[in-house]
Amino acid sequence: MSTERNDPELVYLDNAATSWPKPPCVAEAMRRFLDKTGANPGRSGHRLSIAASRMVYSAREAIAELFNAPDPLRVAFGLNVTDSLNQALHGLLHPGQHVITSGMEHNSVMRPLRVLEARGVAMTVLPCAADGSLDPADVEAAIRPETRMIVVNHASNVCGTIQPLKPLGEIARRHNLLLLADTAQSAGAVPIDMQADLIDLLAFTGHKSLYGPTGTGGLVLGERVDEAELIPLRQGGTGSHSEHDEHPPFLPDLLESGTPNTVGLAGLGASVRWVLQKGVAAIRDEEQALVSPLLAGLQETPGVKVYGPGAGKGRTATISLNIEDMATSEAGLRLDEEFGILCRVGLHCAPAAHRTLGTFPAGALRFGLGIFNTPQDVTRVLAAVRILAGGR
Amino acid sequence: MSADFAYILVYSTGQALRLEKLLLAAGVDCKPVPVPRHLSSDCGICLRIAPEDGEATQKVVAASGLDVPGLKE
Ligand SMILES: Cc1ncc(COP(=O)(O)O)c(C=O)c1O
Repeated sequence: MSTERNDPELVYLDNAATSWPKPPCVAEAMRRFLDKTGANPGRSGHRLSIAASRMVYSAREAIAELFNAPDPLRVAFGLNVTDSLNQALHGLLHPGQHVITSGMEHNSVMRPLRVLEARGVAMTVLPCAADGSLDPADVEAAIRPETRMIVVNHASNVCGTIQPLKPLGEIARRHNLLLLADTAQSAGAVPIDMQADLIDLLAFTGHKSLYGPTGTGGLVLGERVDEAELIPLRQGGTGSHSEHDEHPPFLPDLLESGTPNTVGLAGLGASVRWVLQKGVAAIRDEEQALVSPLLAGLQETPGVKVYGPGAGKGRTATISLNIEDMATSEAGLRLDEEFGILCRVGLHCAPAAHRTLGTFPAGALRFGLGIFNTPQDVTRVLAAVRILAGGR
Repeated sequence: MSADFAYILVYSTGQALRLEKLLLAAGVDCKPVPVPRHLSSDCGICLRIAPEDGEATQKVVAASGLDVPGLKE
């Protein structure tokens, strides 16, 4: 059995976990940084250190451009979206306050919130419709005098449902709350404009639809977030403010203690520029051109149940399904071993979302398509699913 | 005393690189260098400019909205 992507046998459908392959420019940028620059950014004043700082800054600029962020210096890099969500939630929510979230969240939101809940932060988890969508009217109705934040998954990692952010942003502004968006599944795959969509805090991860390396992500802060109110998860060396024992109060240093993942950021900068050059709208169109026939073919297959929204505007290229009377673990193993199709089965770190879809605790099979999938991949997947669904 | 260079101190490397872009765009030549010891004990970098560009630099800094410690001769 092959384990290499360039083997034509394999169909990689686990892009919702981590996209693969990456555009060649990503590894090239990482290699170039290691070979030619290497040094610590922002710590020293020599030419290689300044070159490293420039590389990191240019990755900030690429991210700011992608999301139409107000200022590259309000892009704070972190390890992944989990890290950045923890920073936003633990950094801004205090006992006595209230936070509103949805029944489609990933554990990277749900678990920090449950910890905060145990410390006295009240939380409301709003139920979503069967297709995973959240009604903004429910959000507004849940607001209390002590509500501080709305946090939502922009695109479901389970069934691809896109949650429009602007209506939530409008509510947040009307009631003087902050809107935090988990864009793990949407950044790079769905056009996002922080300012037009009224997003106050945008958490992203580099290794999914931004096509960057693992170990990269960040939090982008809108103008309504007062960094003086933000408690950093970590304190330490930043290369700035060195004459003080106290941690620097300004962004992004406030949130970036310790030497960053420079090699990863070199790759992320390259991948985001690649996404920008291709255009997020064009990427989305290309992916939807694969999603439509795949969804249609799955829906026509007897014994197959597909979850989430149908083809069209309100979904990403992530599809969840079950094959009647077949455990997802078995289906996943057979797809891998017999057909070379790699997907993810189970609960996808999102038990809340599976409860919403009615697939808890059995879970589902997830096909996460990416920009490097092809129409031939779709044909092969449909043929394999038909065999599994029919030939038992 | 007429100095060879003037320096704009900043709080972070990010600010330095942001300001560098703005200055170059405004036609003010500058270079990120280690902060001279006599100006600060900070280990970071600052921007070095020609002394005669002080006024143009002040304008760019003011227009940038960046909160920086500012110009040192
Ligand atoms: C919606 C959502 N949020 C958060 C995460 C966590 O991402 P990461 O592991 O990069 O922190 C994922 C992916 O696993 C996700 O799909």
